[in-house]
Amino acid sequence: MLIPSITTLAALIKIGLLVGGLMTAAAYFVLLERWIAAWVQDRRGPNRVGIPLTNIRLFGLGQPFADGLKIILKEDFTPRHVDRVLYTAAPLLILAASLAIFAAIPFGSVLPPLGIPGLPDPISLLVAPSLDVGVLWVFALSSIAVYGVLLGGWASNNKYGFLGGLRSSAQLVAYEIPLGLGLLGVVLSSGSLKLDVIIHAQATTGIWNVVAQPLGFLVFVIASFAEAARLPFDLPEAEQELVGGYHTEYSGIRLLLFLVAEFLHMITASFLIVILFFGGWHLWGVTGAGSEITWIGAIVRFGIFSLKVFSVIVFFMLVRWSWPRFRFDQLMNLAWKVMLPLGLANLVVIATVEEFRPQLTGSLGEPFVSLVTLGAPWATFFLCWITAGLLSSSKPDNRPILTAGPLDIEQELVRGRR
Amino acid sequence: MKPTDPHVTWIDDKPLGLMERLYLPLFMQGLSTTARHMISPKVTVHFPEERPTVGNPLIYRGVHRLNRDDDGRVKCVACFLCATACPAHCIDIVAAESPWSDREKYPESFSIDELRCIFCGMCEEACPVDAIELTSLLDLTGKSREEMIFDKEKLLSVYDMTKDSEPMKSASLGGTL
Repeated sequence: MLIPSITTLAALIKIGLLVGGLMTAAAYFVLLERWIAAWVQDRRGPNRVGIPLTNIRLFGLGQPFADGLKIILKEDFTPRHVDRVLYTAAPLLILAASLAIFAAIPFGSVLPPLGIPGLPDPISLLVAPSLDVGVLWVFALSSIAVYGVLLGGWASNNKYGFLGGLRSSAQLVAYEIPLGLGLLGVVLSSGSLKLDVIIHAQATTGIWNVVAQPLGFLVFVIASFAEAARLPFDLPEAEQELVGGYHTEYSGIRLLLFLVAEFLHMITASFLIVILFFGGWHLWGVTGAGSEITWIGAIVRFGIFSLKVFSVIVFFMLVRWSWPRFRFDQLMNLAWKVMLPLGLANLVVIATVEEFRPQLTGSLGEPFVSLVTLGAPWATFFLCWITAGLLSSSKPDNRPILTAGPLDIEQELVRGRR
Repeated sequence: MKPTDPHVTWIDDKPLGLMERLYLPLFMQGLSTTARHMISPKVTVHFPEERPTVGNPLIYRGVHRLNRDDDGRVKCVACFLCATACPAHCIDIVAAESPWSDREKYPESFSIDELRCIFCGMCEEACPVDAIELTSLLDLTGKSREEMIFDKEKLLSVYDMTKDSEPMKSASLGGTL
């Protein structure tokens, strides 16, 4: 008989907690999204569903259960014109990939020593603590999640689904690069691909990466909005244009899998933003980098971490109602002509600063070192920002671009525009 | 229409300034508008428990009622003007000789199909004796189509129900009746 070892058992418990927590969180974030949508539009939002068969409403906290039950009980319809195998595989693939990402993402700090024999103390709140390539794992799996979107769009054999898949592939390939560039700066400065080490590096210096690498932060946040396909970059779905994009043909539980995966992408992006740029569980004066950890300390760290992630998610949702969607060529322009150069500039500056940090520390006093190592990224940030602004067109580009044609009027228009 | 059509006049927006081209200030402005709306007072109400306020009951067009005169009789004189004016043809009147001496006819039956009604208020305007009026009752529901055909008694009962909160409109609107 196969008896799981104690470390396997611990990993299974963590996986259970994480998957359960994430699925519940995704359901409740749908409710939060609907609430925020309503509040922003001066409405009240879903506030009726509470405990079934009673009049207790609980501000509508029962809504996720009602929503889930409804969508599960809907007919899971497979149109005749789809590629059955891929059609079924796509939602499974995307959900599996989005969940597996969390194997490398710490959802807290560490637990205090429990003293269980065979288990290394302290226990890290991370499913795969010995995985040395955490960041690579996250990026590899978020790229695999793109395949779910692509396959879904392709297998649907529907023009809207296909357009959604096409847009998604182009968009995600384009934004993977700035995302990676934003991330590389963080990896360079903390010297590790493990996400818990990156948090620890920020906690040790007390300077969050958002302060140390403002340009990298900007690039990373914008790119992660695009990666999560959230407004203003939700072109793969774009209800108004593509009737839902890649999941147009889906219904019932398979649609649910797609929608949950979509929310998981946003949660992943929020986790990454908090871990890479907002110091994870670190907060000045409350949680430091000390190795001594008590139960209270562990819970406080978990609370701070969750609160930060929650705030980032609320920011994601507020942005949804603040900005209109980009046009596809604008999206591509932003990725290749703005985000990519900005990301490269950030990387160069961070690499230079990190290269010369030992020499500076050797020859200069501590305050001057901080001035240089923080001043250089900020100077680059403002310089790049203003340059990008100055280089962008001052003309709104809403008029269709006309090529010279046989008609005089066309040529006149072209002359007037150029 | 082609963009090259000579009838199309292209109007350009004014060129963007540096602050607009820097993106982030405008973004923060948009975000603050969103945040302000998030905490601003809500315009919707918890409907069944809380009633929306009707702006001006005098001009609101809700459920119909048939007014009664001072003696409690139906005011209608079965002149068919409302039924004629009705664009949805939802008013059905059967006239009969009046049992009272002050008028020749009265409606033996008077029914309005509330499902066909488009609540345009033409019946109210057509009525020469201010007998039919639209109240500010706005939640009109029923379980069957038959139930939604309001007969004379029902329309009179709507009057009995609303006469205290909404007196007859003619006086307030400068009418004589």
